[in-house]
Amino acid sequence: MTALNRAGWRPEMTAGGADDSVTFTGNRALMLEEPLIFEIGSTETTGVDFDEVAAAADLGALARTARIGLPGLSESETVRHYTRLSRQNYAIDLGLFPLGSCTMKHNPRLNEKVARMAGFADAHPLQPQETVQGAYAVIHELAEWLVTLTGMHSVAMSPKAGAHGELCGILCIKAALEARGDDRRVLLVPESAHGTNPATAAFAGFTVEDIPATAEGRVDLAALKARLGPDVAGVMITNPNTCGLFERDMRAISDAVHAAGGYVYCDGANFNAIVGRVRPGDLGVDAMHINLHKTFSTPHGGGGPGSGPVVLSEALAPFAPLPFVTKQADGGFRLIEEESAGEDHPETFGRMTAFHGQMGMFTRALAYILSHGADGLKQVAEDAVLNANYILRNLDDVLDAPFGFSGPCMHEALFSDKGLAEGFSTLDVAKGLIDEGYHPMTVYFPLVVHGAMLVEPTETESKAVLDQFIGALRSIALRAKNGDPALKTAPHFAPRARLDETLAARKPVLTWSEPAVAPGAASLSEIGGS
Amino acid sequence: MRYLPLTSDDRTAMLAAVGASSIDDLFVDVPAEARLDGPIPGLPNHASELAVERHMAALAQQNRAAGEGPFFLGAGAYRHHVPASVDHLIQRGEFLTAYTPYQPEIAQGTLQMLFEFQSQVARLLGTDVANASMYDGSTACWEAIVMARRVTKRGKALLSTGLHPHYRSVARTMAKYTGDVLVDGDPSLEAGTDWAALAASIDKETSCVVVQYPDILGRIDDMTALASACQAAGALLIAVVTEPVALGLIKAPGEMGADIVVGEGQSIGVGLQFGGPYVGLFACKAKYVRQMPGRLCGETVDANGKRGFVLTLSTREQHIRREKATSNICTNSGLCALAFSIHMTLLGEAGLRRLAAINHSRAKLAATELAKVPGVSVLNGGFFNEFTLQLSTAARPVVHLLAEKGVLGGVSLGRLYPGNDKLANGLVVAVTETVTEEDIAAFAAALKEVLA
Repeated sequence: MTALNRAGWRPEMTAGGADDSVTFTGNRALMLEEPLIFEIGSTETTGVDFDEVAAAADLGALARTARIGLPGLSESETVRHYTRLSRQNYAIDLGLFPLGSCTMKHNPRLNEKVARMAGFADAHPLQPQETVQGAYAVIHELAEWLVTLTGMHSVAMSPKAGAHGELCGILCIKAALEARGDDRRVLLVPESAHGTNPATAAFAGFTVEDIPATAEGRVDLAALKARLGPDVAGVMITNPNTCGLFERDMRAISDAVHAAGGYVYCDGANFNAIVGRVRPGDLGVDAMHINLHKTFSTPHGGGGPGSGPVVLSEALAPFAPLPFVTKQADGGFRLIEEESAGEDHPETFGRMTAFHGQMGMFTRALAYILSHGADGLKQVAEDAVLNANYILRNLDDVLDAPFGFSGPCMHEALFSDKGLAEGFSTLDVAKGLIDEGYHPMTVYFPLVVHGAMLVEPTETESKAVLDQFIGALRSIALRAKNGDPALKTAPHFAPRARLDETLAARKPVLTWSEPAVAPGAASLSEIGGS
Repeated sequence: MRYLPLTSDDRTAMLAAVGASSIDDLFVDVPAEARLDGPIPGLPNHASELAVERHMAALAQQNRAAGEGPFFLGAGAYRHHVPASVDHLIQRGEFLTAYTPYQPEIAQGTLQMLFEFQSQVARLLGTDVANASMYDGSTACWEAIVMARRVTKRGKALLSTGLHPHYRSVARTMAKYTGDVLVDGDPSLEAGTDWAALAASIDKETSCVVVQYPDILGRIDDMTALASACQAAGALLIAVVTEPVALGLIKAPGEMGADIVVGEGQSIGVGLQFGGPYVGLFACKAKYVRQMPGRLCGETVDANGKRGFVLTLSTREQHIRREKATSNICTNSGLCALAFSIHMTLLGEAGLRRLAAINHSRAKLAATELAKVPGVSVLNGGFFNEFTLQLSTAARPVVHLLAEKGVLGGVSLGRLYPGNDKLANGLVVAVTETVTEEDIAAFAAALKEVLA
């Protein structure tokens, strides 16, 4: 019994049941249903040919003799399986993806091409240093851009994603405090922060306390100052913040925190709004991670990989993690690892990941930055901010914009569910957008706004696209205000209707297992005919 | 600027629509001292696609690509042939330019792929469940240690000396700040593992024992007895796999009783990429699922009763639990997980077993040929596709001399364990299906010259 289920569909799909199949297959023309690889593959099938026969192995009791149960497909079946799956995804390549705080901008294909150059893609992280000078040069060149664009002292390149970068910055702060024998344990974090901020602080052993906000959605400077003291290690502030607003008092906040002996961590998730126009170093920031997959457009890939270099102030630079690249007097590059750290970088807090960080993202980000240059990056920030304000001002008559009164937004526009009809929620608006052909905005975040809808259009959308989106969102907002019942069951035209998340969590099914069959009935494998 | 669609007429019209007289009006909240009037000084302006490609190609050419000649590096990153269809499929825009599937109705492609990935990883590692991936093997290893602390409410982890030294460094870095106690050390150049000694040192404070399989020196061993010892003492056995292709030939850690199995999935589908991005594998027994870090995809049904997939058990995660989350991880390694899953689907069980057998057989051939070189002996009793050579001299300079002769001949233990003189003569050599018999002959000849 080698086939897992060669039948290729689940019998119940066409056996009536809850599925209101209009068609025999369940397909709707270009909208194609696709079984799991476990339902169409077999353990005997392979899509890879090998030229040679292996000699017999003598592994004794360590030989893996039991069936593993990994289905294989031929190459043609594999290509079709994943192509069909891909068509069930929304993506930037298909249209506007205004997911607030995620910066879903166009991913230039040049960047894909350069990342695949053999000198980068086919190099081993532990090759002798003289054989990978070009890779070190990329890391160094990107590092110089990041330092210059942020006006900071130095940068730690190895963190693997934004949250990993946060951890890097917070560990730098912790190491700096320890180096001066200071046992401060409290980090102040606004309620509007990304969940990663408090999670990171807790992971590093800090206690998290809220920073109050003002009525216009910014940090309450007076309240913050009142809380500062000898137990406060620092603050974690997102700027521009998650309400889409620039923290006007950032410099005063930094000065107050520094005067009280603390450090300023800035969550750089929203750097796209100010890149090329504002340098966080001028605002007194000590550490800030940069999501290369946001501002510098490395692909989001359905959930990573990200990359989160952390720019550091002079005060925190000595504690940066290993390894890192330095430029030598002769123009060559040298990797500083554990053995050389003693002389060059004795206060490092250590290593965060096995190798050098996300090289494949560095090449893409550098190509992106070189393509834009200083003038293009400034234009990026300006267009991102202009697009967001255009959305804010064209919708604030039909959707509640809680902070719209206080002035322009930065790169994202925030709305709330205030004014929707009884029983209608942000979720309904989001699902309605799906039917209109858009990915919804970020919903229910930030937590400080009821039923938040955070719209980040990015600079890579044209005015025509924005105009159509505004029209679509206006129409949905009006339906939600008028209580259109069809909106409650949206989406109607997506590959799936609303999914039962409660069921998924109550009885978790996280891996495939061959369905149990009634005694005497044919198993799926037997139906498959093998 | 080719990526920016707004025209100057658009900008003018849009500024008017929002009631701004110039773009500066929209940056009014930026304090004066942080406002820059023009582009940041000292940086070049935008460049054409051709110019950027030229610049990047020139940098790429300063590297010796692995495929340019004989290549024998491993130690946590392995060079395998990746079928062309893998890279084609992961570049489909619907995968490449999607994000975390927050809206499952229009993300079933990514979600079904993750469900398949989790199922493949669990089967490969011999466990009940697996998550949707971590950053890489080293961070997954540390997260496993933290998870063992949550499960056992104990804080002492025993690390095998055969654990990759960089994984150990990551754990040490983190433990400094979390208060976890680590018991660790450098390996000694012996044919066997330190697992029996580890089993004997488990005590009531021990949260977990961490072993690598195959280990940093390429050694393989049966962990059944160690798993029993852990279970008897109420500790968890964490197995780390940095070369998952091995599991097409040797028993999976889960089959031998490991409670948590983590790994580096780079070998399958992802490529070398100078160290990243890679894909961390994280799997465990079903009873520990609610203590897992990272994202999980689960099966459910939609409002019409059709099968579908969603992210689930998110009450473990930072965006819900904030400071009480099991981990701060947010983004994982989705596209690398896709590459892993596609490559694994192409291989299937039959292909994986053949690939593993060819790796092993080729490595045995290389070990035999290299052992014939005067001044070289093979340390290992058993191995998969990687083994340690003991040279008559320090291995580190030998690696550089080999590189001058065009042979990338492995990773010296001197680089991995600087300052440990007892290990200085060790050279870790990996041999995959990409290595030809000519490569092995060239390596042996070059090594003979260098050691002469």
